[in-house]
Parts: sequence; structure tokens; C-alpha cells
Amino acid sequence: MLSTGVRRVALAWTVLVLVFLYAPMLLVVVNAFNASRTFAFPPTGFTLDWWADAAGSSGMWTSLANSAVVGLGATAIALVLGTMAAFAVQRYEFFGRNTISFLVVLPITLPGIVTGIALNATFTSALGITLGLATVIIGHATFCIVIVFNNTQARLRRLGTALEDASADLGASSWQTFRYITFPMMRGALVAGAILAFALSFDEIVVTTFTAGPSVQTLPIWIFGNLFRPNQAPVINVVAAALTVLAIIPVWLAQRFGGDPATTRV
Amino acid sequence: MKPTVVRLGLALAACALVAACSSSDTSGGTGQAPPKLEPLSAVGNGEGELNLIAWAGYAENGSNDPAVDWVTPFEKESGCKVNVKLGNTSDEMVQLMRSGQYDGVSASGDATLRLIYAGDVAPVNTALVPNYATISSFLKDKPWNSVDGQMYGVPHGWGANLLMYNIDVVRDAPNSWGSVFDGASKYKGKVTAYDSPIYIADAALYLSKTKPELGIKDPYSLTSEQLDAAVELLKAQRENISEYWSDYTKEVQAFESGTSVIGTTWQVIANTIGTENKVQVNTVLPKEGSTGWSDTWMVAAKAAHPNCMYKWMDWITSPKVNAQVAEYFGEAPAQTKACEFTTEKDFCDIYHATDAKYADQIHYWTTPQKQCVDGSGDNCTAYDEWVDKWQQIKG
Amino acid sequence: MTVAATDELAAKEGSASPRRLRRLGLALLLVPPLTWLAVAYLGSLVVLLVSAFWTTNSFTGAVVRTVTTDNITRVLTDEVFRTVTLRTVGVALVVTVLCAVLAVPLALYMAKIASPRVRLALVVAVTTPLWASYLVKAYAWRMLFSPEGPLAWATGYSPGYGLIATVVTLTYLWLPYMIIPVFAAFERVPDSLIDASSDLGASDVSTLRMVVAPLVFPGIAAGSIFTFSLSLGDYIAVTIVGGKTQLLGNIIYGQLVTANNQPLAAALSIIPLAAIVLYLLAMRRTGALENV
Repeated sequence: MLSTGVRRVALAWTVLVLVFLYAPMLLVVVNAFNASRTFAFPPTGFTLDWWADAAGSSGMWTSLANSAVVGLGATAIALVLGTMAAFAVQRYEFFGRNTISFLVVLPITLPGIVTGIALNATFTSALGITLGLATVIIGHATFCIVIVFNNTQARLRRLGTALEDASADLGASSWQTFRYITFPMMRGALVAGAILAFALSFDEIVVTTFTAGPSVQTLPIWIFGNLFRPNQAPVINVVAAALTVLAIIPVWLAQRFGGDPATTRV
Repeated sequence: MKPTVVRLGLALAACALVAACSSSDTSGGTGQAPPKLEPLSAVGNGEGELNLIAWAGYAENGSNDPAVDWVTPFEKESGCKVNVKLGNTSDEMVQLMRSGQYDGVSASGDATLRLIYAGDVAPVNTALVPNYATISSFLKDKPWNSVDGQMYGVPHGWGANLLMYNIDVVRDAPNSWGSVFDGASKYKGKVTAYDSPIYIADAALYLSKTKPELGIKDPYSLTSEQLDAAVELLKAQRENISEYWSDYTKEVQAFESGTSVIGTTWQVIANTIGTENKVQVNTVLPKEGSTGWSDTWMVAAKAAHPNCMYKWMDWITSPKVNAQVAEYFGEAPAQTKACEFTTEKDFCDIYHATDAKYADQIHYWTTPQKQCVDGSGDNCTAYDEWVDKWQQIKG
Repeated sequence: MTVAATDELAAKEGSASPRRLRRLGLALLLVPPLTWLAVAYLGSLVVLLVSAFWTTNSFTGAVVRTVTTDNITRVLTDEVFRTVTLRTVGVALVVTVLCAVLAVPLALYMAKIASPRVRLALVVAVTTPLWASYLVKAYAWRMLFSPEGPLAWATGYSPGYGLIATVVTLTYLWLPYMIIPVFAAFERVPDSLIDASSDLGASDVSTLRMVVAPLVFPGIAAGSIFTFSLSLGDYIAVTIVGGKTQLLGNIIYGQLVTANNQPLAAALSIIPLAAIVLYLLAMRRTGALENV
């Protein structure tokens, strides 16, 4: 289709960008085994000590659990509300439809610090709620909804209404149409959206900083607190290396069940 | 532009509502009394939990160094599980205390009065803290930890900000703050400084000795001209700065990786670098004198676990524990009896722990106010002006 | 049967008409997410905007609820804020351009040249970095830029911590956010169009420039929304690799935490808020929002 020249250039560019993307992460993985506590380069030796330290770090496991809980909670809320909003926007005509589309996208486009300060001001000054795990989940759900909304909306738009209309013509009720026709076709988008939403929630730090109470530590907050600590830095590296390697699984899953990778939306 | 109009309309409507409902808050500040709060009358059983805001190194639980741990024994004895939030600067600590979700804080002199007058901390019933009796008397009833004879906290320890340098790079054993100010270009791009507006006092202190014509007597009582002179000095310093630090581990890392070779520090940072043994550093109290801190443990006004907090205050000022903290951090212990428990026998002598006259020479962190803190008048610059200037300095 | 006829029939029979049921369905679908959006999100934004008009007690830092436009005036006139805003917008734009430049040829390869299996592998390869912790990636760059780090070891020179390091790190962090929509846009360009263009005699460059680029542009615009907005508000990556540089996020954070001046921080937040909204409205015309 395209000439060999263009193909070669594109291939070379791809390789370069991939190197750019993975070199720092490779450095992180290398340092997870680096015997030097201060990451001297080149590495001074090979060791598994840091992995043992990480496994024994109770702070790390607690924050990991918190992150998982927050991620699951936010994703669950997002799945419900995001899908509902996507359906409403894609399958109905109503006044203000474009406005809603615009507004729903806002949480993910506004900088985290603005969202964080706004939520913090609302929770503490306006509502007087104590900050804790619940407030973090609310904060995360707000942008997770957008991701699920985007993915579901895009899929619904591509699917069109033809099959649903045919189903209705054949006598199926709305619920039956949804259950047997729409949902199976949409499932992939929901999976992809859910996985992406979970990923973003898992790694989120700015909004979390402003909505978490003193005793709540998610994994990114724990990492940030220990990032510069000389004794903890190797453990952080291990956690990061482990997360990166493990991350391939859900990403691959998302591609497998999410259907066409081209429809993945952030 | 519907969405913008809708939101603008919402905002305006809200503003109108706010304007109608707004009230003027009673402002605190010197010259007025702090809010009336009652100190605890008796220490009951521990509530099972304690949320503290502390300087790094003040509440060690073995996670940094398994041998350095005085929190776990406290938890065992009192049954209060301790959650520590590290504050990097006094400003952070004030803001954290304002959230009302912590039980206590180790406040330096530039945080204490702000907390007292905002009603964020309660007076302390020192009779309920047995170890208070044997604390150095020159730390009691000071302007930064008491109002009208009522103590608002229990002294923890005190020390000076020091000059630290990498002895392999900085070979001429500096003993003046000039090496980070006027002479900083020698180490261009490798100087570090503390990231807080209170650092302006360090520049003012230097100027008080090198430019006496400015008439600076107290580094926290600065007129506008004096403040501007200090700001000029700091703007010039910025050209040579690598990074400003507030997280102490960032300074440790900066020195170890060679990004910084000279700058202001706390002893605990030099101690940490020493144990890592990657670079060799030395600390010195320069000849111009130094700013410093005198820290006080304070109880939150709305503490959820006041009993645990009082137990903690008694624990941390007990001779053995106070000695542990002082030695780990590198500061003078407030507890006079701690001197018998330090592993280094002449620790207290080195840090002049019981020397009231020496203690008087350090210019402890204090919140600058319009009414000069040294009593010399009421045309001084207040802290919020320092904050603005600090942002200008950092650019 | 028309809808109107079924309505009449339903009305005669006493049951709800399809249209009313449909509207009820819409309401049921819309109300929960909208309530959440309005209350949790827009509501808190309004609180933020309102608090920008308040002030603080200059000594204690406690918020005082008297209405004043001092903060807004300061935000608009103070020189430091203006310098930092310009610097931040500049950084955001440079990062966006860099991300676009890096992403486009890569996306072209992924979508149009790679075989389906390679394409899947590349998609996985490009999205996996999103899972690596943002903090760790920034810290990895801190190590790379360190005077004794790999960069200095390999090339003898490191730009050190500062604006350049910040731009590089931000570009690195947001690159996947640009690649995904651009790739999606490339995928939607029918192969037949490209074939037709070369059949008509256009060179590859011309084809790419005149046929493919306009179709892909909305995708680039969509990606740019993320890179621009994420860079505009970032303060953590700057803290890690920026040395003594300050961006708008640091100023806002500083006012909130150091100065304890929540109203001024809120007033300053209006800057990125306004910037993003304007950018979104501008991008809306390019169709980017359909591709987000």
C-alpha cells in the first residue's frame, strides 16, 4: 500500500519510540535487582534482597489493598453510571444532549489539582465530612465514569440501532433486546473501559492526596511518601517493576475481550 | 456557548448566595486573645489510636532503621496505635492541623502561635505530664509556646540549622553562610536551600552581620526595606541553586547523587548520609550564628484521642526516649534527665543541652508579624508578605 | 403503525404510551449519572469558584467568608503568576507538539503497516506503560538525569534537573495518551482511500499530507487535549525532575499548603480551568471530542 521508503521510516520510528518508552522502565527493573542501595550505575551486583524487603513491608501491602478497594469501588460505580449516561446520550434525542456530552468529559480533562482542591473544599468546608476511603472512591469514580462513558458511547455509536430495531420488530421487549442483543455486543467496551478505569484509579495520586484522610494510604501515596527515602527506594523499585510486569496481563485481557483495539478510548 | 453560560450562571448565583450569607469571622492575631478552650482535666484510658503530625525523625517506628524505634514500645505500653504523618515544613503542619483529623503535632515556633490563635490547639494541663517537671526551665513559658502564663504544649527539643557540605568537593572547610550567599557562585548549580518562606530569616541573619547599615536586629522582625534586601540576596542565590528541599530525604539523595554539595541542613540529614557512607559530609554552625527551631508537642483542640496524646507527650519527654530522639535527630533534648541516657556520654555537652545562654543565641523559627516579634515597633512585615516574596524568589 | 397512532391506542386502552415510556426510560437513565455529575463534580467546582472570592486571616490562615475580589485581582495582575502561567502554557504546548510528533509515525505504522498480530502486540506494548506508576516513571527519569546517572555515563552530559528535564519527562508520561486516539484515527482511515490516492498518481508524502492528515487530525486534537491538560496542572513531576523550576501547579499547591491560602489557590485554579475549557471549546470544532 505505502512505499517501502515510508514503511522503513515508520518502522525505524516505531522502534525508536518503543525504546524511548521502555528504557526508563527497564532501568527500574534493573535497579530492582541492583545490589547498590543508591542505584549506582552501572549496577554493582545482583540481589534479590529488595524483593524480600518488599514482600515483608506491611505498609506496602496495606496500601496495595486500599488501592484495590478504591479501584474496584470506583470502577463499579463508573460502570453503572457511565453506561447509563452513554445509553442516554447515544440512544435518545433530547435537549441539551451536546452539553451533557461536553460536561461528562470535564472530570478527565481538568487538571487533577483543580478537581482535588474543589473536592477537598467541598468535603471539608461545605459538607464537613471526614476524609477517608469513601471520599477517595467518590473522587476516583468521578473520572472513572468518563472512561466507561467514552468507551461505551463509542461502541454504541459504531453498533448503530439496526439490530436493536430488528429485535424490537421481532417482538422483544426493551429488556430482552438489551439482554440478548445490545449487552453482548457492548460487553467488550465495558471490559475495556473497566480495565482502563481501574488502571487510572490505581495510579492516581493528585486527587487522592486531596481527598484521602490521614490514615488512608493508597499505593501511589505510599510510594510518594517513600520515594526519596534512601532505605525504601529499592523497595519502591521492586513494587514498580512488579506492577509493570504484572500489568501486561490486564492489558492483554482488555485487548482479548475488548474486541477491536482501535475502539479503546481513554 | 451554552455550557460556559450555564456554569457562569451557576457561579454567579452561588456568589450572590454567598454574598447574602457571608459573615465576618473573628480574626485572631496578636493583641487579641486566643479562643477559650479547656485543657484536659484527667488522663483516662487510651483510646487505642493516635494520629500525629511530626518532623521526620521524631516518631521513628523502626521502618527506617530497625534499631531506631521508640514508637513500638509506646504502642505496646499504652495500647495506642500510632499513625505518623510527616510534615516537611511548618506551613504544611499548620495546614494539616487545620483539617482537624490529627490528635497532635510537634510544632516549631513558627507554627505554634498560628495554631494557638486559630484555635487549632488546646492548652495543655502540664500537671498531667509527669516528665514535664524536669524539662529545662528555659524552655517553659516562652513567647512561642505559651499565652498569658498558660502553656500550650510540652517542649520536645531544640537545635540549630547548620551548614552542610561535601568534604570532597568543598575543600576549604567553610565556616560562614557566605559560602551559600555571596560566595555561592563557586558551587554554581550545586547549592541547596530550605524550601520555606521562613528561610528568608537566614538571609536576614547573614545581612545583619555583613550589612549592619541595614539595621537588622532580629531576623524575624524585618521592615519592608530590610525584607527587600533579604529578598535581593535570595534572588541572587537562586542562580546557584540546584534544588530547594523540604523533604529531608530529597536532600539526602541530592547530596548522595552529587546534585547538591553545600547548603543548609538539619543534623539528622548529615547523620543519615553518614550511615549510608556514599559521600562524606561535614556540618558546621557558621560564625554569623544560625536560625533554629524549638519544638513543642501540642494537642489538637478537637483531638479524637486526647488521652493517647497525653500519654505520648509523657513518653516522648521521658529521659530514655528523649535521649533516643535527640541522638537520632541530632538536637538538644528538652528533658534534663535525658543526658544520663545518651549513648555518647558528652552528647549533651556537644549540643549545649542545659546551657541556657547558648540556647538564647539561636534565632528560633517564629512567625513574623506586623507587630515586630522582638518588640521593636509595629512596622514589621507579616508572614503572608514573606510567603509572597518567597514565591517571587523562586520565580 | 406510527408512534402517534400507538399513542392514541394506548391512551384509549389506558396504558402508558410508548413515547412516555421512552421518556421515562430516558429520565431513569439520565438522572443518576447527572445527579452524580452535578453534585459531586460541578457542585464542588462551584464551591471552588465561590471560595476564590473569600479571604484568609493573615495571621492564622483561617478562611474568612467575607466576599472580596482581591484574589482575582492579584491573580490577574501579579507578575510572578503571569510569568509562571506563561511558562506552564509554554511547557504544555511544547509537550503536546513533541507527543504528536512522536506519536503520528508510530500510529501510522501500527494502523496501516503492521500485520494484525504485530498490531495487537504494539497496542499492548503502548498501553502497558500506563500501568507503570506515574511516580516511578518520573523517578526513573530523575535517576536518568542525575549527574551520575546512565545519561551522563552514556553521553557525558546530562541537562540536570530543570525545564528541559521537565519537558522530556512530561512528554514521556503522556505519550500513550496521544498514541491511543491517533492510532484509532488512523485505523478509521479506509485503506481504499490511500490506494485510490496512489492510483491517481499521488506520491506517498502527498497522500499522507492531503488525504490521511485531515482525517487523522481530529485524533491528534483529541490526544492533545490530554497532553495539554495533564501538563497544565502537573506539579509532582516538576517536583521530582524540575529542580528549582516552578510551574502553575506548584504555585497553586504552594498557596494551598505553604501559604495556607485556600481562597487564593482557588482563584489561581481558575487559570487552568479557563484554559482547558477554552481549549476544549476550540477543539470541539475540530471534532476532537468525538475521538476522545
